[in-house]
Amino acid sequence: MNKTFDNKAWLFVLPVVALVAFNAVIPLMTVVNYSVQETFGDNVFFWAGVTWFEQVLQSERFHDALLRQMFFTFSILLIEVPLGVAIALTMPRKGPWVPVCLVLMALPLLIPWNVVGAMWNIFALPDIGLLGRTLNALGFDYNFTRQPGDAWFTLILMDVWHWTSLVVLLAYAGLVSIPDAYYQAAKIDGARPFAIFRYIQLPKMKRVLTIAVLLRFMDSFMIYTELSVLTGGGPGNSTTLLSIDLVKIALGQFDLGPAAAMSLIYFLIILALSWVFYTLMMRNEQQ
Amino acid sequence: MTRPSRYVPLLYIVFLLLPIYWLVNMSFKTTNEILGSFTLFPREITLENYIAIFTDPTWYMGYVNSLTYVLINTVISVLVALPAAYAFSRYRFLGDKHLFFWLLTNRMAPPAVFALPFFQLYSAVGLFDTPIAVALAHTLFNIPLAVWILEGFMSGVPKELDETAYVDGHSFWSFFLKIFVPTIAAGIGVAAFFCFMFSWVELLLAKTLTSVAAKPIAAVMTRTASTSGYELGLLAAAGTLTIIPGAFVIYFVRNYIAKGFALGRV
Repeated sequence: MNKTFDNKAWLFVLPVVALVAFNAVIPLMTVVNYSVQETFGDNVFFWAGVTWFEQVLQSERFHDALLRQMFFTFSILLIEVPLGVAIALTMPRKGPWVPVCLVLMALPLLIPWNVVGAMWNIFALPDIGLLGRTLNALGFDYNFTRQPGDAWFTLILMDVWHWTSLVVLLAYAGLVSIPDAYYQAAKIDGARPFAIFRYIQLPKMKRVLTIAVLLRFMDSFMIYTELSVLTGGGPGNSTTLLSIDLVKIALGQFDLGPAAAMSLIYFLIILALSWVFYTLMMRNEQQ
Repeated sequence: MTRPSRYVPLLYIVFLLLPIYWLVNMSFKTTNEILGSFTLFPREITLENYIAIFTDPTWYMGYVNSLTYVLINTVISVLVALPAAYAFSRYRFLGDKHLFFWLLTNRMAPPAVFALPFFQLYSAVGLFDTPIAVALAHTLFNIPLAVWILEGFMSGVPKELDETAYVDGHSFWSFFLKIFVPTIAAGIGVAAFFCFMFSWVELLLAKTLTSVAAKPIAAVMTRTASTSGYELGLLAAAGTLTIIPGAFVIYFVRNYIAKGFALGRV
């Protein structure tokens, strides 16, 4: 669309900018402020320069949390995106079952995150949970509160349960927007199902899938509530992802300086990676 | 399409419903049955847990508080996002692309980063422990999302609509409110749905910004889990009740979900 150049459009954006700035800039500056100071209590602060940043960047604890975070984010992206697309492809396009499917599938998205954590905790407990009990009955030695491997399995399964539907809904919306004429043309040409997928469905879903990947990437990097209820970062530190570690330092130990420095580094990592996604997405759109 | 693939969505839905079933199942059991035996359905159905919730003000006020800030947040987010999305979809202006990305970056800010500064900020302005504080704090991620969604819908409406309306003698606001807003009603529905969803499910900020008067239901639940031992039945009943408002909202927007997405950001 040709857009008119008019700086008066700023007036329309002003309320949004004012509200978001109040919520974003002031707290961000508070974090920046803490990240360069040292305190011994009593509200007396000293300039600390980049000490905290150096400390965080060199600490093994941060490296480990970051690695676990990366592993988590990429695992769930690798599972949820293909699975979501597969489910969207097999869903009926028309008929009375469509709204039923959509409502049931969207259900996990609207459950408060701590309830999701609590629900999976109850579901997976080895003695009274359906999943835990079943796995043990099948001969697996499963206990997610004791064994790191099991904790990871449960965590990833929970995230797949929680968020695959978002990918399904987005991919499905992309699919239903394809006009029937495309399929008829493909039929006349004798295209195989894979060719239809590769040359018609996939290109049409590209845009929604980019949104899905971007949203899942950002949100999985911030996962906190479900995880803290499910495993609390344990057993040991085995499922301590970045946000859990951050809250432990900030609210548990009240080390404001290192926590603030870590917050900024954490935020910058998300920002940098999302910027790459965003730029790629915008470039696709302009083509 | 091959036959067996028809069962994929069905299997997926069963997988989605299993943990929910387990939660509901537990909410009808007595504590003795939960801890003493393993049963696939409650032997003696008890409503004790639900009665406990509906007779204790700390519990049911938790629901009222949560719904209050979620609704305030949805209204604020959509109202301020509408003109902004219009500006982004119709005009170029100084710094528009940077502004749009800056807005999106706030969707990326981990709440864990902002929890403590938010507490200090809202204490300083005297809004701590009010639903308004939580509603405003949640606009941090909901406004960018609402702008993003609405901008997509608005870009799908041809600009000729605006021009024709002006030729017909509409003023800007009369065009915007009487013609434009009804045209993108589906988009507003989708945006409101997402605002409701993300505000309803978020807990970290909601918990940080409240203590007694405006405590959300989700935070009441964490308290029960930690202080009074582990009352699993009560926890399960409270959890089950938090699913209901979400289910209602999805039911109302079920036709918009697929159609809305398809019109908008696709």
